[in-house]
Amino acid sequence: MTGYRLDRGGRIDRTRPIEFRFNGCALQGFAGDTLASALLANGIGVVGRSFKYHRPRGLIAAGVEECNAIVQLGGDDDAPNMVATRVALTEGLDARSVNCWPGPNFDFGAINDRLGRLLPAGFYYKTFMGPRGFWPLYEWFIRRAAGLGRVPERRDPLGYEKRYDHCDVLVVGAGPAGLMAAVAAGRSGARVMLVDERPEPGGMLLDAPDDIDGHPALDWVAAVTAELDVMANVRRLADATAFAYYDHNLIGVIERNTGRANLRERLRKVRARQVVLAAGAIERPLVFPDNDRPGVMLASAALAYVERWGVAPGRRAVIVTNNSSAYDTARHLKARGVEVAAIVDLRATPPATALAEAAGAGISVHVGHGVGGIRGRMGVTALQVAPVGEVGGDWIDCDLVLMAGGWTPGVHLFSQSGGKLRWEPDLGCVVPDRCVQAERSAGACRGRFGLASVLADGTRAGAEAARAAGFAVRDVTPPVASNGPALELALIWEMAGARGRRAFVDFQNDVTAADIRLARREGYRSIEHVKRYTTGGMAIDQGKTGNLNLIDVLARAEDVAASAIGTTTYRPPYTPVNFGALAAQDAGPTIVPWRETPMTPWHASAGAVMYEAGATWRRPGYYPRPDEDMEAATLREARAVRFGVGIYDSSPLGKFEVRGPDAAAFLDRIYCTRILDLPHHRIRYGLMLREDGRLFDDGTVMRLGPDHFFLTSTTGNADAVYAWLERWHKCEWPALKLWITPVTTVWANAVVCGPHARDLMARVTEGVDLASKAFPFMAVREGKVAGLPARVMRVSFTGELSFEINVPARHALALWEALIDAGRDMDITPVGSEASHVLRVEKGYISVGHEADGMAGPDDLGLGRLVARDKPDFIGKRSLAIAAWNAGPRRQMVGLLPENGAALLPEGAPVMSVEAGRDPSAPIGFVTASAMGPALGRSLSIAMIDDGRALIGRTVQLSARAGSQRALVVDPVFLDPQGARLRS
Amino acid sequence: MAARRYSIWSLIRNALAYHEGWARAWRAPEPKPAYDAIIIGGGGHGLATAYYLARDHGIANVAVLEKGWLGGGNTGRNTVTIRSNYLRDPSIRFYEHARRLYEEMSQELNFNVMFSRRGQIDLIQTWAKLRDARRRSLSMALVDAEYEIITPEEVKRRVPLVEIDPTARLPILAATWHPGAGIARHDAVAWGYARQADAAGVDIIQNCEVTGIRRDGGRVTGVETTRGPIAAPRIGVAVAGHAGVVAAMAGLRLPIETVPLQAFVSEPLKPVLDVILNCPALHVYLAQTDKGELIIGGAADGYTSYAQRGGLHVIEQSVATLIELMPRLKRVKMLRQWAGMIDLTYDTSPIISATPVDGLYLNVGWGSGGFKAIPASGEGFAHLLATGRPSPLIQPFGLDRFAQGRLVLETAGASNRE
Amino acid sequence: MLLIPCPFCGLRNEEEFTSGSEADRHRPADPIALDDQAWVAHLFERANPKGAVREWWWHGRGCRLWFVLERDTVTNAIKVVP
Repeated sequence: MTGYRLDRGGRIDRTRPIEFRFNGCALQGFAGDTLASALLANGIGVVGRSFKYHRPRGLIAAGVEECNAIVQLGGDDDAPNMVATRVALTEGLDARSVNCWPGPNFDFGAINDRLGRLLPAGFYYKTFMGPRGFWPLYEWFIRRAAGLGRVPERRDPLGYEKRYDHCDVLVVGAGPAGLMAAVAAGRSGARVMLVDERPEPGGMLLDAPDDIDGHPALDWVAAVTAELDVMANVRRLADATAFAYYDHNLIGVIERNTGRANLRERLRKVRARQVVLAAGAIERPLVFPDNDRPGVMLASAALAYVERWGVAPGRRAVIVTNNSSAYDTARHLKARGVEVAAIVDLRATPPATALAEAAGAGISVHVGHGVGGIRGRMGVTALQVAPVGEVGGDWIDCDLVLMAGGWTPGVHLFSQSGGKLRWEPDLGCVVPDRCVQAERSAGACRGRFGLASVLADGTRAGAEAARAAGFAVRDVTPPVASNGPALELALIWEMAGARGRRAFVDFQNDVTAADIRLARREGYRSIEHVKRYTTGGMAIDQGKTGNLNLIDVLARAEDVAASAIGTTTYRPPYTPVNFGALAAQDAGPTIVPWRETPMTPWHASAGAVMYEAGATWRRPGYYPRPDEDMEAATLREARAVRFGVGIYDSSPLGKFEVRGPDAAAFLDRIYCTRILDLPHHRIRYGLMLREDGRLFDDGTVMRLGPDHFFLTSTTGNADAVYAWLERWHKCEWPALKLWITPVTTVWANAVVCGPHARDLMARVTEGVDLASKAFPFMAVREGKVAGLPARVMRVSFTGELSFEINVPARHALALWEALIDAGRDMDITPVGSEASHVLRVEKGYISVGHEADGMAGPDDLGLGRLVARDKPDFIGKRSLAIAAWNAGPRRQMVGLLPENGAALLPEGAPVMSVEAGRDPSAPIGFVTASAMGPALGRSLSIAMIDDGRALIGRTVQLSARAGSQRALVVDPVFLDPQGARLRS
Repeated sequence: MAARRYSIWSLIRNALAYHEGWARAWRAPEPKPAYDAIIIGGGGHGLATAYYLARDHGIANVAVLEKGWLGGGNTGRNTVTIRSNYLRDPSIRFYEHARRLYEEMSQELNFNVMFSRRGQIDLIQTWAKLRDARRRSLSMALVDAEYEIITPEEVKRRVPLVEIDPTARLPILAATWHPGAGIARHDAVAWGYARQADAAGVDIIQNCEVTGIRRDGGRVTGVETTRGPIAAPRIGVAVAGHAGVVAAMAGLRLPIETVPLQAFVSEPLKPVLDVILNCPALHVYLAQTDKGELIIGGAADGYTSYAQRGGLHVIEQSVATLIELMPRLKRVKMLRQWAGMIDLTYDTSPIISATPVDGLYLNVGWGSGGFKAIPASGEGFAHLLATGRPSPLIQPFGLDRFAQGRLVLETAGASNRE
Repeated sequence: MLLIPCPFCGLRNEEEFTSGSEADRHRPADPIALDDQAWVAHLFERANPKGAVREWWWHGRGCRLWFVLERDTVTNAIKVVP
């Protein structure tokens, strides 16, 4: 034996040594080692410090339940809170223990262990309250003392991906039960996925030697795996953890063995028709004084280190047990060359066969005894054997104490699936009871521990699952194995200890049995209260080792059966999952896909500042010339529309076709505006109300035929309007004959606007008489523009003469370029969203989202005249008539003319009354939009103000923070109230 | 009777006695046949109401009935954020009052609820949101003078984890800074109120589910429970996730839908985030607890449910946002996720109100925002229960606002330029 | 993530759908005939049942069908309503 590495055995490659560093110290292991096994092999006993008391800690486990060996990896693998038992040893691996300084062997934080009596469960709720105002100071220290690892300095150089998967039968766990389930289901022809968190199949058979069909069990594992691997309908994922079970059989799986060097992990979202849970079990620790000393570990872990990695976790072991499994363990360890000094058996009368076996092997057994204490702060040197219920006894020299407290079935996924658990009184643990999803458990995770019964149970579960998925299952016979001796577990986990000696239940969070009793004494009696008050079960192992002991200690304190305490909720994930894997390709530029109009290449070449304005459309905000800022560019563009000609890309407007014999009747109900009598080729400005009478959206309604309408909505609401139309039709008025088609991206729009718009249109339009008489405001014509088939509408969002040209999206860029070319000598000016905003403000047009913010009704917005109240019905009509809603003052849209016409009022500014007797801190409204009016040449604003129309002609004032400017309340239509410009 | 005081001295004294002498934080009384008032729901709101009934109105013959364990509903499931940056003026005033009460809560209750004034950053990632933020900041300035809009560089200074790449899909254009916002230990809030309410004589009765509301004519007379009938002339309903179920016992239907809301935490990390960071554009917000966990919330699931479960895709969306903003978190791990059930009202503002049934009062519909409201809600609800009239702060949140058309709509959509 | 049986497309992921809430809360045939109180109740109140609910779902990111499901709001078990 070199160090603690055994001369033989283990599934490591002794020809491939691997160099690594731990806490700065250069060490060597072998390919196939985990960081944990390599540390043990190098005789590193102290691997970390606990969270609160900073007690020296060694490895307690060999699998996911390890809670002491928490490390930070360095270099490209930089990651916090990695569990050493789960870190495969790789060349150059650099690991450091977390939460200790300068290191785990000497840690200044250990002062907390000395002060431990002042730091019982929940101490922080009772202190740090004075002097008043000092909490931030205390908190500064507490935060720095808390936390484990640190966030990596750089982003992970490796990638992540995610995908969906589907199968008939998902088997979780490739131990004996899972392998048999996969075989049984696989032979039926069902599509099977078998996932296991370990790099190799075999489960517990890897850890503890056993025989199947008269040969070493691992030979059977190899044969079964080979059979599965050649089945075309079976996929086997190794190093892949099923971490969560969601509704309708969706199971999250994190696959680490991705097959690609640049891919760290793959998230698979597996939708399985049937699930077999064969998750195995975790050994349960025992609760005795100083049970956390380095060198105290789970018996199954010691076996695993010996069998899988050829490492002896100690030289002289004492096994403490409440069941018969310890005797097998002792025999195996002895066979591998680890001396077993004694078995301390808590049971009063262990089975005679077990005692005889121990006697035969020359191992002394202390029947009816437990542990009174442990010597050795940095590593066990001796164990005190005490009669059960007593304190004090003889000391046995040893450097390894193994805890065999029975098994905790891995019911995590079952519980996450919504299944109900029940207590198994003989085993002192919880097992699955009632299933609510299409799953079944098999093997140790449902309390079956003998190998023969596990194999049979897995076979049954696999066959059941395949059958439930609709496959004919042929008889599958499980192989021959022995169940071994019965556990004959005594329900004793906690041992008496001297007052003040700590016996841990949750190792990482330093929760002791005394803490649990303290919580109960203080009235925290629900298991959830105890967990939250003591933090038991809240560490990064989420109570995998501690939860049942926590319940046991509480039950004894309450003097009730553990089943009376109940169980805690198992929450996803089973083991922690990297955020990188959950995000995978969803993070990045496509986190929200954006949309562009077909004219985007032109906008870009014209130097437009593009930004997102509504419903993920990325569009021009303004087109700055050299030396222009946003304000200057916006004003120039807006003036071009008022005095020359502008062109605006309004393609993102929501667009819908509604066709059918009942289309008019339907739209007459949808809009509060009258639609039925809309003439052919005419357009109406339409308001949609919600059923509560508030404005939902505005847009235009165009009649293209008796049964054919074309609607526009605001850009931001396009999706919502579509859903709205569909819902009203399909759910409320399905008898109406019509269909609705969203065509937002089918058509693209260019708006030519300004006093010179008609001159420009005349140059490019064929087949449409553009004269105002022939083609009046709010009419639509079909013809050719720039040689392209087009619809031309006389609508206006600016208050100016406007022609909105709709062409199929594929022609839009050509149209745009032709219009620009045609208007070059007229100084045609592209106009962005900013100028569009300024123009609508000066015209006093509402904007959904600004003035219409969900609270305003049509009358509040000055649009009451558009409501056809004499229609028999429309959405929102009844609400407009509710007497109480019209009784009080309403918040109404008005214009504001600031006293200082050169300065804008801040948008959003609270508006205050200047009248005496009003609460100076209570606003009467707020500014919704402000602009420098391009025609009026002064600053103006729109505001929503309580009873605002009654204040027209009076002065109001902004809040102090907004600048206290005074402004005159006016009608919101600042320009051309008669509409002569847009009708010209 | 006051609870025995907690202090460093009581801790030392008890340490010498191996902590065997601590008194119970609250009793486990058997229900009496009758009380002056019953509060249904032993979460933060119910317990705070009981506390203020005793403190402010001298009404201590009160039972708080909790069907499970106290603080086990949304009080123990939320993301511990306390802020007051709302949209509408009544909301701003109410939540700001609550926030201020939180600042004094540890001393008030002699229980360290660890209120930590971290400040909140709301990222602004579209120009439309920038307009909304301006409105909100100027309205907020009326109650919180330090509320302001800050630059991306200032965001980076306060949260070095955040990338402020201007070429990102949703670049950080600016942010709002709400210095008064903070976090607190959620369980401690429930426990602190429970301990003082108990000390004042309130009976907190756990594992006692209300199964019916007794009425005589148009008046309540008491409740049926799994532990027998209990009489009282006044009943306050302070439940979350089951408001509609309890109201139905009195024949009421509420403007409420119940939906799942998920949250999750990372493993404990050394301090890396000193503020509450909110990304409204993509629905994720997070803070770091004193223990070191990043506690993260996102959008609600999209259907009604009483299942306390949610979908993986909702978590994935939140995490994708997290990584988009803070790519260094890729190798930080999700430790635990869970869901609560939130009662969403029509206008997403709460209901603190008398009802058409005499003696029956509601304190429900807090949506995702109940935790931050607890002290002001308890104070206001106690006033309502004691006097039958709403205090000015809670008056806008009456059930009658629906009939009166005075909605307090907190879900105004983002504006756009069309 | 629920698995929703679209009558047209079969079982599809929840992400493709929008929940449309209670199916039996129809708009009154003649709203004007209701008094204010009854109308306000219709506008705002919800049954919000714990247990079985009949509700609308919209396959908006799929075939765009609106259809009714019966779902248990406690277990999320789903039945298709013929």
